Amino acid sequence: MSEPATRTNLPLAAIAVFAVIAVLPLFLSDWIGFLVALALAKGIVVLGVVLLLRGGLISFGHALYFAIGAYTAGFLANRFGIGEALVALPLATIISALVAAALGLLLARFRGIYFAMLSLALSMILYTVLIKFYDFSGGTDGLSVRGFAIAGVTPADPGLAQYYLVLVVTAAVVYVGARFLASPLGYLMQAVRYNEIRIEYLGASASHAILASYIVSGAISGLGGALVAYLVGHVSPELAFWVMSGDFVFVAVLGGTGSVFAPLIGSIAFEFVKNYALKFSPNTWQLTLGVFLLAVIYFQPQGLWALFTRSRAKPR
Amino acid sequence: MTAAMIDVQNVSRAFDMLRAVDDVSLSVGKGETVGIIGTNGSGKTTLLNLITGYLQPTSGRIVFQGTDITGLGPRRITALGVARSFQIPQLYTGLTVLDNILIAIAAHSGRSADFWMPMYRHDCVTKAYELLAQFGLRDQAAGTVSNLPEGGRKVLDVALSVILEPKVLLMDEPTSGVSARDKFSIMDTLMPAFKERGVTTIFVEHDLEIMERYAERAVAFDDGKIIADGPATDVLARPEVRRAILGEG
Repeated sequence: MSEPATRTNLPLAAIAVFAVIAVLPLFLSDWIGFLVALALAKGIVVLGVVLLLRGGLISFGHALYFAIGAYTAGFLANRFGIGEALVALPLATIISALVAAALGLLLARFRGIYFAMLSLALSMILYTVLIKFYDFSGGTDGLSVRGFAIAGVTPADPGLAQYYLVLVVTAAVVYVGARFLASPLGYLMQAVRYNEIRIEYLGASASHAILASYIVSGAISGLGGALVAYLVGHVSPELAFWVMSGDFVFVAVLGGTGSVFAPLIGSIAFEFVKNYALKFSPNTWQLTLGVFLLAVIYFQPQGLWALFTRSRAKPR
Repeated sequence: MTAAMIDVQNVSRAFDMLRAVDDVSLSVGKGETVGIIGTNGSGKTTLLNLITGYLQPTSGRIVFQGTDITGLGPRRITALGVARSFQIPQLYTGLTVLDNILIAIAAHSGRSADFWMPMYRHDCVTKAYELLAQFGLRDQAAGTVSNLPEGGRKVLDVALSVILEPKVLLMDEPTSGVSARDKFSIMDTLMPAFKERGVTTIFVEHDLEIMERYAERAVAFDDGKIIADGPATDVLARPEVRRAILGEG
């Protein structure tokens, strides 16, 4: 008997998909390009949520890291005149990771609804801080994010440059995410979901696995937030609001947790359905989104990603 | 006299008024195969839970290779080299048999610099398949654990511990819940694997046939106390043991 493959043959498919996305701006309008870039950037944040979902942990507070990343880019551009993406993106990632490390020490002790609600509460603290400290954060007005540059060059077409920046960063994050899921830590996170006691009897720590995953998750979510700040050109406290966290969980369910590509597919579907729903039924767009999610849950309970893995015995 | 791997010294564990383990002392040497026998509620599983850190003794201490492990949790004790299997197999039932083994390898390698290496790399998968082949589960590797028969789950539960390369392995009723034919098959699969690795083995069992055939030394429990300890054939022949366990006489 031959050994069944434990690694999915996705790299070629991934390269093909990213190649298609790379040439999209040649054929589609700027508006569609913006929407795809926005979906990919938010998809990175959703990937952060999915890394935790693989361990059975639902974070209703990932808007916290999304906002930290976005405000890092916002502060640098607005307060210090630094629009350099190669400064803001690493800084947003590092700050988010540090905050995640600090909060993760607390959160890793909780499971289930307690983890979900505590993460939500923490993000709402940031939301309140951003609203109340006007001089610091611009209050509800937020901050504009101007002067985008990359490697010291201010691009002639910032939208196009940002599109490709998002594409490159997304590809890198997808690679890191895939390596993470395949790593011992990724396997332990999967184990957390099914049987935590046994992990201790294998000589490993479930809490340590959760903390490490939470830091990785927070870091990439901050990175996604910084990208969104550049794309939208503005940051506001709504980025830290619980509704934003809810959107990320919504998209995670929509896309599924079977692959690192699932959040991206879910995010693209979400952004397009949301925008067209807003266009054609501006008063009932939430209803449209809700019906869409219900349909996906009913017909594709493993998320939209399952459409691509029907023939597989087990998605990864 | 072989050096003591596990030394249980005057250990007691009480649950309110009930003394589940009562002033028990037990020393197990390197490479020994010790069977613990007793009726339900006699304290066998409680002793295993005490040795592996799931429960803490009310009094007494437990020493592993000269190190006092009293008060340590399961993770620390497992990391030191004391692994266990469970009466009800503790597995990742929604995952494949292979993934279960890979998780155990991941937990084991997590203490080394391999923490970022992919688990699907050749050496990990080969190691997993070699173990599964030795334990007769190779053909079930790609199937989910929920589809395994009870005997297969028992064996997999032990295999997860064996991959940790333990010095001492404790098994809680490895043949309970399986057919009379399969119980010998399971033990015939497991015991040579332990001997090959030089693992000190302590197993809890109800079945006298299993004890007679596979234990070199038997320890009989009754009412939280050790009532007999010695070569298995001698212990199992003693009237007080047969009276306590089989109700004879």
